[in-house]
Formats: sequence, C-alpha cells, structure tokens
Amino acid sequence: MNFSELTIKSMADKVRRGEIKARALVEESLTRSKKSQPVLNAFITICENEALKSADRVDSLVSQKKDPGLLAGVPLAIKDLLLTKGIRTTAASKILDNFVAPYSSTVTNKLEAAGAVIVGKTNLDEFAMGASNENSAYGPVKNPWDLTRVPGGSSGGSAAVVAARITPGSIGTDTGGSIREPASFCGITGIKPTYGRVSRYGVVAFASSLDQVGPMTRTVEDSAIILEVISGKDRHDSTTAQIAVPPFSKNIFDSVKGLKIGLPKEYFVDGIDTEVRKAVENGIEILKSLGAQIVHISLPHTSYGIAVYYLIAPCEASSNLARYDGVRFGHRSKENKDILDLYCQSRGEGFGPEPKRRIMLGTYALSSGYYDAYYKKACQVRRLIRDDFVKAFQTCDVIAAPVATTPAFKLGEKSSDPLQMYLNDIFTLGPSLAGIPALSLNCGFTKNGLPVGLQLMASHFQEEKIINSAHALEKTINLENRQPHGF
Amino acid sequence: MISEETIKKIANLARLKLNGDEVALYSKQLGAIVDYVSQLSKLDTTGVAPLVTATDMEITFRTDDVEKNNENSLATGNAPEKSGNLYKVPPVL
Repeated sequence: MNFSELTIKSMADKVRRGEIKARALVEESLTRSKKSQPVLNAFITICENEALKSADRVDSLVSQKKDPGLLAGVPLAIKDLLLTKGIRTTAASKILDNFVAPYSSTVTNKLEAAGAVIVGKTNLDEFAMGASNENSAYGPVKNPWDLTRVPGGSSGGSAAVVAARITPGSIGTDTGGSIREPASFCGITGIKPTYGRVSRYGVVAFASSLDQVGPMTRTVEDSAIILEVISGKDRHDSTTAQIAVPPFSKNIFDSVKGLKIGLPKEYFVDGIDTEVRKAVENGIEILKSLGAQIVHISLPHTSYGIAVYYLIAPCEASSNLARYDGVRFGHRSKENKDILDLYCQSRGEGFGPEPKRRIMLGTYALSSGYYDAYYKKACQVRRLIRDDFVKAFQTCDVIAAPVATTPAFKLGEKSSDPLQMYLNDIFTLGPSLAGIPALSLNCGFTKNGLPVGLQLMASHFQEEKIINSAHALEKTINLENRQPHGF
Repeated sequence: MISEETIKKIANLARLKLNGDEVALYSKQLGAIVDYVSQLSKLDTTGVAPLVTATDMEITFRTDDVEKNNENSLATGNAPEKSGNLYKVPPVL
C-alpha cells in the first residue's frame, strides 16, 4: 500500500482509529528513505531500529485503547541540529561526527510524546550556516524537483524529504530564512514561529537571538498540527514565552474576508526573477479575490537587513561555537602539544569553511576597537527594522512578499562567493531580526517546473493569522498534490 | 581587504588554526563582507537603543530544583579522552 499520498492529519486519524498500523507507515517511510538516499542525500542518519521500536509502542497503545496523540504513528524527519538521545547528532559538521546526544531536545520529546516516529536525521548546512545545503560536511542535498539544483538551506534535507514524500513532515530550524527558503525551493509549507514560541533546549545553537524551530509539511493544516505540538513554555529554555498556545489545527479556518494584507514596496523591487514575481502576484490576487483587502506599506530599513544579520549572526555564532574545544565532546586533534594547541588544531581541523568564516567575522566584529562600530551599530539598526514591522502592523494584519528573489539555483552556482550567497536572504532576514512569525507557501511553478514560495508574516505570536491565510490560499490554488517526477 | 596580519590575530583570538591558503582567502573574503556591512555607518542611529533580542520578554525565573537528568557517565560519554569520569587534557601549564 502506498501511504505517501496521505497527510499527517489523515495518517494520525487512521492510526488512532486502528485502520493503519504505525509500523506499516514507518516501514514504508524507511524504505523510501533508504531508496532516495543515493539520489537526494537528504539524511545524515536513518534511525531504522529506533523508529520501528517507536512504531510498535504506538501500535501497542492503540491496541490498549489509549490515545497515542495528535501525531500517532506519523513518520517524521528531524534536522540533524536537534539532539536525539542515544542517536548521533552532527550539525552536519566533522567536529561533531562522532557525537551521540546524551539527552533529547524538548521538541523531539514533545513530538514523540504526541506519537510521532522519528525515522531519520536530515542533512543541513554545517551548523545551519547557509542557504543552499552545499556547506554540509556530508555532501549537498539535491532538489527533488530538479536534481541539478539546490534544495535551499539550511534545512535542505528536511525540505527535500517532504517534497519527495519520504515523510509527510519534518522539523527545520530558521535563523535567517533556513525553513522558509528551502520550503520555497522545494514547493512545501514551512513556518518560522515567533521568537520564543518554541523551545530551543537541545538544539545546537547558532545565533541565539534568532534561532527558532518550526514545521515543514505538504499542507498548511499539517504544519499547524506540528506547531501546536512543539510550541509552549519550557522550563529548560528561559527564552520561551509564557503565552498560551492556541490549538492551531482546531482553530484553522479558510476565510480571509476583510483581512488586510500589506504589500511592502521594498519587497517588490527590480531584480526579482519575473516568474517568481508573477507567481507571488498571482497568489496575492487570489487572496484578494477571496475577500482580502490590499494595503500598500513600507518597511524602509529593509535594505539594511543583510548587513545587520551578517554582523549579529556571526557575532553570536563565534560565541556559541567557542564550546567546540576538543575537550568535552567532538573532534580532538592528534596534534596537541599543549592545551592552546589542542583548541586551535581541533577547531581548525573540525570546522568547515563557512563556520570558520563566520567565527572569524564575528570575532573580528566583537574585537577590541570594533565592537561599537559593528555589533552595537547592528543592534541599533535591528531596532529600526523591528519598529518598521510594528508600525506596518498598525495598518495591516498580514504582510505578503516573496520568500526569495529566484527559484532554486544550480548546485555550485553561488558557492564560490559567500557575499553573493548572503544577498540571497534579503526577504527572509527582516522577519527573523524582528522576531515575528513567517511562513512559506507554494504559490506556483516556473515554466521549468520549479516551485515558488509566497511569504506571509504576522505580528509577534499571531501565527494563526498566517496559518489561516495560507490555508485559504492553499485550498483555492490547489498545488499541494503536485509531485516531483520520480518520487 | 583585511591584512593577513589581522586575520592571523583574529584566528588566534578565535582559537582557530588556519593554513596559509585560508589566511589569504579570508583576508579577501572577510574584507569584501566587512566593506559591505560598513554601509550601516551611513545610517544615523543617535539615541536608538540597541535591540539585543527579538521580543520584549522579561527575564523569567524558576525555582532551582534539583533534577536528575544527565548522569555523570552519560555527560562525559562523548569525551575524546577521559580518566574515570574526568576529562583529560594535555598540560595546561
């Protein structure tokens, strides 16, 4: 039986009613995972034994008439940035190649408590630093829609497995666009929640004032289900907000009548691929035809987003990555005549080019004499960027924009010039710096069959507004069943 | 361009051993990135308070309860080298 057509909602419903065994779902997902691996390279670790055990646990709960939860028996893939107890967690870095997590992330625990089964740990850009998945120490992931193209990054593996229907959903993380850009490039839905909505306990830290964990799925409703499961205050993460989590999946509705959608002029500029612009504008037209009201707005500091982000994120990364010292875990160099040499050699051998570049940039910007000019200045401009959004949301409920300026680009096309790669993030960085929720929804395809994402943003903790708008658009545009050839 | 001498100084601060090729490459690449981010200096931010985190959340406190989670042996289980349950390192002094 082919279960890959099923959504998370229908899989969990069928498992809970006893119509399908979790084991059958998981076995099929594992078969697809292994078969796809030589083609897509989407996984770093496939957890076959653990997954089958978890599936059996779910089936045994069902047979005892106990409810396994909202994600009963659903096979999910987790970005290999989230700790999973007893399973290797690499962050796609050679420095963590042999690291077996001694505890699980809160997100992983919550998913499993809701009945989900983790079938594998997905590939990513090393330490989530990248927009193409080409920075992985375990090789790049391929885009299921066109194997010569990147899946986006850094959650490239998580996006590819959902697009290729290996699992109906996955977990990604987003620091500056790492859920939304791969979701756009792979034609799926991905939500970056409000900063503080989801716990980062047990998530390998990159830039702590920006990192968020979120769902990646084929349908909006499925993302809402996962978000509902993973959100909430966590005593192990003091940055999680003490704000009630709405039952996103239960409250979901598909009317946008009277909703005010803001179009920021700075996000519809020259330089956007014409086919991307067309697909995004078409999505907005549909929302309008469904009763939404269009408002023209301005986010005047948008163009500074890249400079602000590429100071703040590397500064925080240089500090967060100081923990990889070759002493307590991870790679230790054999060349270590004294303790200082041990640090320098282990880090020099263990980190790949992009983490090294960002550690260097962050250390430079934080070093004596430069701190005010770079880090402090970036934090000041960050406030101006956030204030732009706060002001904009006084006149609209939701902001619509492209996710990226282009569809998925070719492997190798941008990898030699880091600054060119950074410029790619222009439309996703603003919401990250402001800490607001944002999602990517597939809104069309180019002539060559490449998906294009529409980005929807809302004010802090207003995820429901973007979920409902996306749900309405999805039902009308009806693209979620289109499938990449060969998967 | 950032001078190779500065790159070496920064690498030392970051405890990163770089080879000669990497020093030359980062001197060029970091130079280009720093030139780009320097556009921020054109913006007047007089009187703007730095925003260091994305939301205006208050610092929260919790009771300092003792929890048993990571056993000593589990916590040190990934150590490249250890002696009993202690981390082992080369001479510090």
